[in-house]
Amino acid sequence: MNVLGIRLPGMSSLILWGLLWEAVGQFGISFFLPPLSAVVATLYEIIGTPAFLKALSETARAFLAGVFFAIAIGIPVGILMGKNRLIDELLLPWVNIFLSAPLTALVPVLMVLFGFGLKSIIITTSLFAIWIIILNARAGVMQINRSLIEMALSFGASPWAAFTKIYFWAALPEILGGVRIGVIRAVKGVIIGQLLISIVGFGALFELYSANFLMSHFWAVLLVLFALAFSISEFLAYLERRVDYYAAKR
Amino acid sequence: MDMHRTEAGGVPEPAVSARRISKTYGHVEALRNLTLEFPRGQLTSLLGPSGCGKTTLLKIIAGLLEPTSGEVQVNGAPVTGPGPDRAFVFQDFALLPWASVLRNVAFGLELRGVGRTEREGIAEKYIRNVGLAGFENNFPHELSGGMRQRVGLARALAVDSQVLLMDEPFSAVDEQTRRKFQEDLLGLVAEENKTFLFVTHSIEEAVYVSDQIAILLPRPSRVSDVIRPSGLRAKDVADIRRDPEYLDIVDQIWASLRNYVE
Repeated sequence: MNVLGIRLPGMSSLILWGLLWEAVGQFGISFFLPPLSAVVATLYEIIGTPAFLKALSETARAFLAGVFFAIAIGIPVGILMGKNRLIDELLLPWVNIFLSAPLTALVPVLMVLFGFGLKSIIITTSLFAIWIIILNARAGVMQINRSLIEMALSFGASPWAAFTKIYFWAALPEILGGVRIGVIRAVKGVIIGQLLISIVGFGALFELYSANFLMSHFWAVLLVLFALAFSISEFLAYLERRVDYYAAKR
Repeated sequence: MDMHRTEAGGVPEPAVSARRISKTYGHVEALRNLTLEFPRGQLTSLLGPSGCGKTTLLKIIAGLLEPTSGEVQVNGAPVTGPGPDRAFVFQDFALLPWASVLRNVAFGLELRGVGRTEREGIAEKYIRNVGLAGFENNFPHELSGGMRQRVGLARALAVDSQVLLMDEPFSAVDEQTRRKFQEDLLGLVAEENKTFLFVTHSIEEAVYVSDQIAILLPRPSRVSDVIRPSGLRAKDVADIRRDPEYLDIVDQIWASLRNYVE
């Protein structure tokens, strides 16, 4: 973007919002919002502490496992739904229901089914991410150029070869788009899981800091979480742009 | 019209024959009881107005569509699906956008399980043949429309099928490129001992490239006439369009088709 003839680098608006945050915090309008500089100072203080690193590794482990299952199950299911009318008719209503369902309300049920441990947190994370991944993979496959499919058939492709050599790649831009949105939802899922199921990881830190009104600590952890989610999402968006032409019509 | 037909003895035996083919989609009758033979080693055009079912017929011969009734035979054997005896050239090229020219040309062989070194050797040869040497590592989106169709053509040639099915292959490229393609196609028919089936909606193109032109009329589609130009093959590619026979046949076909154009 250009302002007064000067080219601004991407994300310049963050500087503006950061300044506003600092100003509001300095005026002490609410204890809820300490100045950004204080938050950053706190962040610097806690980021190397064993408690923080333990929380980070607990959250990262549950998050990565949850995302892994969402991707490993979601992409093949989505591709199958896009390819096979019968499977699509059977599964689509459920996918749509779970996509819009208030999954947080299901967490107590998961606790009854799978216990209070890591397993339930991972399942919660997967449930937040998987539906949009399925829907995007399905949409990607459904809009594959018809003549690519005929080309594969006419040269005698087996169903497996068509799946691995054509469907997956032609749908890859949409699949990555789904994974990107799914990953962001998984961040929500893992924190909700760690707040509701067993108080561990970042969820435990949020609980601890907010209960004791340690607002600069609370915001510091939130900043870390935001930075992580943002980096992953930007990385996936970059991959998505790189493979954009895979979906070309010709 | 009879003057353009050679006597039965002059026509090679058919490599492909379509017998009493009918195809209906729901209540729409696309083809009715269509019978047509395609002489070996020659190029037969399917010509007709849009909606006359010529692409449908080509896809039935390719084994991509099943006829409602009737049978297609290739070298005497009935067609039940796609097979290695036929290769298809697509109107919109149908290239893999994520694969290089080399992999695209070798892709038919890759699907047939030919080893990497062997198939890339064969692909390189056909890439040279269609005039794309030096573009092996380019991607389709880096090529012009004409070059992309050369890739599609090289892919079909690389599998060395007896029958080449071409579905309006030059309709998506510009006029100059199309003329060059038509000339090259005549060379290909002369060199390669293959049977070509060529769908087009251009009368001039059909007369220029064909040994035999099947005129299809719509709703439901049937073969209204089969024309075999007798003297055009011997001519130089540059002289065909000025030949009286060429001009006569173009006029004749237009006279028979004009009533069907909305």
